[in-house]
Formats: sequence, C-alpha cells, structure tokens
Amino acid sequence: MREPRDGYVARPLVVPAPRRLSHTAARSAVLDSLLAPFRALGQYAILIGRAFASVNEIRMYWKNLFIQMVRIGIDSVPIVALAAAFSGAVLTVQTAYQLETPFIPKTIIGSIVAPSIMLELGVVVAGFILAGRVGARIAAELGTMRVSEQIDALEVMGLNSVGFLILPRVLAGIVMFPVLYVVSCVVGIGTGIFTGHIGGFLSVSEFLEGARQFFQLLDPFIGFIKSVAFGFIVTSIACYKGYYTGGGAVGVGDSTTQAAVLSCVFILVADLLVAMLLL
Amino acid sequence: MIEVRNISKSFGDLQVLSDVSLDVNEGEKLAIIGRSGSGKSVLMKHIVGLLKPDSGHVYVDDQDLCCVPYERLRELRKRFGVLFQGGALFDSLSSFENIAFPLRYFSSLSESEIEARVQECLDLVNLSDVGAKNPSELSGGMRKRVALARAISMEPAYILYDEPTSGLDPETSNTINDLINHLASELKVTSVIITHDMHSVLEVADRVAFLYRQDLEWVGPVAEIHDCANPNLNSFVRASEYKIGDSSTATSLSEPSP
Repeated sequence: MREPRDGYVARPLVVPAPRRLSHTAARSAVLDSLLAPFRALGQYAILIGRAFASVNEIRMYWKNLFIQMVRIGIDSVPIVALAAAFSGAVLTVQTAYQLETPFIPKTIIGSIVAPSIMLELGVVVAGFILAGRVGARIAAELGTMRVSEQIDALEVMGLNSVGFLILPRVLAGIVMFPVLYVVSCVVGIGTGIFTGHIGGFLSVSEFLEGARQFFQLLDPFIGFIKSVAFGFIVTSIACYKGYYTGGGAVGVGDSTTQAAVLSCVFILVADLLVAMLLL
Repeated sequence: MIEVRNISKSFGDLQVLSDVSLDVNEGEKLAIIGRSGSGKSVLMKHIVGLLKPDSGHVYVDDQDLCCVPYERLRELRKRFGVLFQGGALFDSLSSFENIAFPLRYFSSLSESEIEARVQECLDLVNLSDVGAKNPSELSGGMRKRVALARAISMEPAYILYDEPTSGLDPETSNTINDLINHLASELKVTSVIITHDMHSVLEVADRVAFLYRQDLEWVGPVAEIHDCANPNLNSFVRASEYKIGDSSTATSLSEPSP
C-alpha cells in the first residue's frame, strides 16, 4: 500500500448538497418537459411547411433534387433487394411449413405469400431499411452542415436553406420510395417462387396460380400509398432532426440516432393508420 | 451603413447581449473584440440577420433586418460576404466549386466568366493553384483563404470576419491580416472583424468595439485603445501584451549566453 506523501493532509470528501429547485422552478421544468413534444411537433410542421412553400423555387434546385433521387432511390436498390429477397424466401418456407397438410392445396402458399409481400412485408421491410440507411444519412449530413456553419453560409449567400436542403430530399423520398417498393415486391415474390421451387414446396405454376387466385388491385394500391407515406416520414423526420442539430459531434450522433428511431416508430404508426383507413 | 440599435438577446436563461448599440460606417474596418463567450459571434449573426434580437433593431442601408420579409432579407444578405470561423466550406465540393457556388445561383455569368471570376478570387487570396482540391485536402489557413475567396466572389459591400486568425500560426495570421487590409483598400468594402487577437486588431482595425459581459463597454479609434480609461479593456489589452512580452522573454532565454 502506498504511503501518504509528506505534508499530505487528508481532507474529508465534501459531497455538494443536491440543488433544490423552488416550487415555481420545478413546476416550470415539469411543464416544459410535458410541452416539449408539442413544441417539437409545431417546429417540425413549420419547417416542412416552409420547405413546401418554397416549391416555386424548385427549378433552382432541380439538380439537387436529381442528386437526392439517385442517393435515396437508386443507391438503396441493392440493400432493399437483399432484404426483400430474404423476406420473400423465409415467408415462403415458413408458410409451406405451417400449411404442411394434404387437405390444403399447395397453391394457397402463393395466395398467402404474394399479397403479404405486396400489402405489408415489401413496404415495411423497405421502410425500416431506409429509415436506417437514408434517414441516418440525411440527419448526419444536415447535422454536420449545421454544426460546421455550412447552413448559415447558405443563408448568408441569400439561398433559402430550407428550400435548398429539405425540399429536394423530401420530394426525392416521396418519389423514390414507391420505386423501391416495386423493387421490393418483385424481388420478394421472385425469391418466394424460386425458394418454393428449389425447396420442393410447390412448383412455379402452383405459386403463380395461387397468387392470381386471390389477387386484388387494392393490395398493391395500399402498398403504394404506404410507400409514399413512409418516404415522407423517413425523409422529413431526418431533415428536421438534422436541420435543428445542436452541439458538436455528440449532437450529430444524437440527431442521427433519433432520426432512425423516430422514423421506425412513425412507420409502424402510419402502417396501422393506413391499414385501418383503407382496409 | 450598418446600425445596431439597442439589441438584446437571450438563449433561455442566458443573457448574451444587453442593449447593445453600434454603428459601422461605410468603408471602415471595425474590430469587435472581447473575451470568449462575450457575445461577439452572436452580434455578428444579428448583423446578417441569422438571429433575430429579443428587442432592438439592426439596420443595413436603412432597412430593418428584424422586420423585413424573408425574401427581402435574402436580397439584403447578398450584400454581405461572411468568413466563418471554420470556413464553412461545403465539404462535398472542390475549392473551385465552393467559390463558384454563389455565382452559379445568383449571377448571370456564363460558365467561362464564372471560371475567370473564380480564378481572380483565388489569385486575390494567393491560392491560384488549389481550385481542384477538396476542403479536406487544405490546411486551416488555406481553408480560410478559400472561404474568403468565396465570400468576395459576389463583390459584397460588407465583409464580416468571424475570428479570421484563430487557430492559425503567426505567419498565416499575418497573411490573413494583410488580405483583410488589401481587400478593404482594393474593393472598398466595409469590414467587421470579430476577434480576440489583439495583434490582428492593431494590424487591421480603424475602430474597435469592446464587448464585455453582454454590454458594449467601449468604442473608439484603435489608436486610443492603450489610453482608454476602461479597466476591463485595459486588462484585456494588457493580457495580450503580456503574452507577447512573455514569448520574447522565452526567446531570449533560449539564446546561448555569450
């Protein structure tokens, strides 16, 4: 054990007394925390409103819109296709396992897998993947621009930073998510057919016959509506979180995480709302 | 002319500016000095309308930035060039593209004219050959000079410098100071320099405004800064002089004794 240094005098550890808030201050703090979500909602609505109000300037930002459509849409095709491929394959295998009885025709597997992908799985899987990939990237990008004063620099030049940064991203999300939904459905059903055939669960013609038997135009229509809603949710939340990033690297990290988490939560809420309204 | 009238600003419970009034005359170089956290950058952001005061007004060429519609504010901002503390260069664009950025959006110049203008701005800041480089490939001083080239590309009437020499070595600081003087005399612009670098103040400023604890405590010609009666400013100036004296002592100590 180390000896104390010469002249060392042990001092009693002084723990500062916890700061006591007055009743008024405590009440105001509680009220503030209760009102915070509503304040954030109002701030979000105003920001997105301002973005769409600058739609008349979109010709000025068309190049930015095109870049965002490529980054959000085209660049996301591989990861969405990969997720859809595995979802379609797993859904086929598990449906075949659950319906393994001679009393149910094999075509039923196609009747279950195809609508499930078009109505729910294709769009929700794509939404979750994009909340992570697109939402996090947008929030980190705008957050970094905010903390390094690049957004201020845009404003000082005379540009409308909301129109320049947010509108192209949200529009690109709304336009490109349905495209990714189509990719997700085609790849998901395609791998479902392939897995069913390779695994010996049902033939290609049995799958297609089942899929045709119960096909309703409403299924892809609802999937399309969901994809537009999810595109708006993911990009607008990410833009909001990124645009109002505070602090330095920690602030950017917080915004990125919150953008991804909130997008996933609101995707689930919107999924339920669309299903309840349209089914 | 820029007129700041009785502006106050708080962020939550933190009062940053309290009843600050200041004039910036045409063609002058005004240095706003003060300790870190004294509200210098906040004052600068009010001058370009990036922040709105809780009370008071900011007039630029007789137009109140606090009351004009956003579209008018955007037009007024085009009269400013701002050199941000970290440069605020767009990191996805090359130096050339950064300088060409405002020209592409707000000028009617052809592509060849834009190229010529960008090169002219790069020549002005003595960085003729860095156009192709990205901001991440440049040193701190070069980034600031490229940012300065971008700030002057639209030929602004006012240039605001936010800590133009912070984090730079003395030689690069002198280069930036020379550039500020050169731009002011060549382009006849009005300059506002936010800094706590007294060496830079003495090199470039015509007048000095001293911010201390939310208040503007002293405004006057730079020549009077050593004779002023304000104890806080005296202490601020003495601290800078002490540093200079200290470093010279250190140099003499390191020299070999005869």
